[in-house]
Amino acid sequence: MAIASLRDIVVTAGTFPLLAGVNLELEGATSYVVTGPNGVGKTSLLRLLAGLEAPTRGSGHVLNFDLATTQRRQVRRNVGWLGHEGSFYDDLSATDNLLFAARALRLDVALVAPALERVGLGGRLRTPVKLLSAGQRRRLGLAWLLVRRPQLWLLDEPYASLDDAGRDLMSDLINHATASGATVVLSSHDPVRRDVVASHIEMRGGRIERVG
Amino acid sequence: MKKLTALILGPVALVTTLITLWMGYFVTPADKVQGELARLVYIHPAQAWVALYLSFGTATLASALYLWPRTRSVTADRIAAAAVEVSTVFIALTLITGSIWGRPTWGVWWVWDARLTSTAVLGVLMLGYLALRRANDDPLLRARRSAVFAILTAINVPIVHFSVVWWKTLHQGATVFTDNRHLKIHGSMAWTLLLSFIALSLDFAWLVRARYRVGSVSAANESADLEAALEARRTEAGA
Amino acid sequence: MMRTAYLVALKDLRIELRSRVLLWQVLPFGLMALVLCGLAVGPDARQQSRIAPGLFYLVVTLVALLVINRSSQIESPRGTRTSLLTLGLDAGGVFLGKAAAMLVQLFATATALLFGTTVLLHVPVHAALVTLPIVLLATATLSAAGVLYGLVASSSSSSATLLPVLALPAFAPILIAGERSFSSLISAGSLSRWVLLLIFSLVAYGSIGVLLYGALEES
Repeated sequence: MAIASLRDIVVTAGTFPLLAGVNLELEGATSYVVTGPNGVGKTSLLRLLAGLEAPTRGSGHVLNFDLATTQRRQVRRNVGWLGHEGSFYDDLSATDNLLFAARALRLDVALVAPALERVGLGGRLRTPVKLLSAGQRRRLGLAWLLVRRPQLWLLDEPYASLDDAGRDLMSDLINHATASGATVVLSSHDPVRRDVVASHIEMRGGRIERVG
Repeated sequence: MKKLTALILGPVALVTTLITLWMGYFVTPADKVQGELARLVYIHPAQAWVALYLSFGTATLASALYLWPRTRSVTADRIAAAAVEVSTVFIALTLITGSIWGRPTWGVWWVWDARLTSTAVLGVLMLGYLALRRANDDPLLRARRSAVFAILTAINVPIVHFSVVWWKTLHQGATVFTDNRHLKIHGSMAWTLLLSFIALSLDFAWLVRARYRVGSVSAANESADLEAALEARRTEAGA
Repeated sequence: MMRTAYLVALKDLRIELRSRVLLWQVLPFGLMALVLCGLAVGPDARQQSRIAPGLFYLVVTLVALLVINRSSQIESPRGTRTSLLTLGLDAGGVFLGKAAAMLVQLFATATALLFGTTVLLHVPVHAALVTLPIVLLATATLSAAGVLYGLVASSSSSSATLLPVLALPAFAPILIAGERSFSSLISAGSLSRWVLLLIFSLVAYGSIGVLLYGALEES
């Protein structure tokens, strides 16, 4: 069964069409890599799938929620989002950030410490996020996904600013997620790493040119 | 019917306004106490009516309709914006004509009267509304935020009014106003006064309609542009 | 809703505890503003004490603008806003939580400033103590209104300059009510209607916030 399906979706920012008519079907337990040059609409596609952008035209469902209605709020709660920019409170520590988010979604707070350990932030539990490096913040985002355990992972340029060990960890987690039944969509303008088995979604001019 | 209204609204508003001016200047007599100054009664109260009740009421109603999910529409948002713009102009006119009246009558340009003060505060809030609209590019976000701000303003106006009334009465016993503010109105004066309310209300309707049409035309332009923009986007080779 | 409110309030207060913006930036600004007010009035002690209540509330209003800005800034980076949205929190709860956290901060600052007013502008100590519950009520109203206006202004890049234009007219009645009731404790005058006005405003802003905060949050 398709975990997400999009039909002719247009998303605009002001008068500029970020997405110019997107058609897409995503299967469960699969990973997808969205590729294309800068400004082609990769982030917008991920934001649309996360329920963060409303379609100006067209229709679509993600996890059985309608994107065109207020069900979009439900989509947001149910996907795992790893943003391009930092998505945590700068003045709070890594642990406090994850505890706040976990409590908000009524997740098990006991998962927080092991998740931070797993991504290699075990020694930075009390450090305010603003003192973490870009790569460490990316790892913190990964730790959140481990606590969150979503059905659909949306990762915007996940390999950016990670060191080699971090990249290996990322690929490992993605493979692990798909193996346990989740769907992962990640964007990348770099050549995709071979250690992730994935379908390619090629974008051009705000549309999807090819899936395969 | 709609076409007919559109066709005659402007001319009718113009003619009634001109008749009001003519009657106010030439037909009605000057007041015994206030003299020629009393002729401001044919413009000032009607301005205040349009500024404080008609246009602000329209803006509040349209904003509430926008916030209610079932009645949400671009039309409501555009009408609210148009009404606030017209309201701002009329509030400025009300304060100016009031000041012109007040200077010879009370000897000062400004008094801390409750009506004056709350009108001025409302004027600043309307400017804030216009500033808020200009600060947002995303049309959906702009519509929502301005609608909420308009509702907040509607609640604020009575609060401001009462606070100034109490502030004033508790502060000093005697009010600056004296009875000579109340004119004896009869005959042609009453008719002219009534006509001024009709004339300015028509002016208001005409202005809001014109402003609304400007809004729709530029929006229509944008959506026509959307087709072109989509085409351009699709053929982008990528940066 | 209450659970969300509690979580959000705790989070905002924890951020203040870690960053200390209030203690090291807002409070010194408020105290300096009081000193400037004293200087602007002239050296006559009786004159200073006569208008001290008005000056106190003027400074509290200005301080409130800073606190509101800070509170909405916490969520203004795009990434932070996005991740808050993905938590799908109840909007009414977020409003109440942010307002509660703001109240704690604003009331603490106002209390310190009241002490400053008592010392610098020669206010009778008993009047300052008796007015403290009204300061609590006034800062609660400022907080409820402040969270709303803060979010209304926050979308734009010029939010720091837009906020005063939007919020100050709405703060005028709160300032009047606070000043009049404070003055009535020093000289004479009616108190009850000002308390009623503040309660009415608080209830109005509170219910609008719970109902409409969601409409503002959405983008």
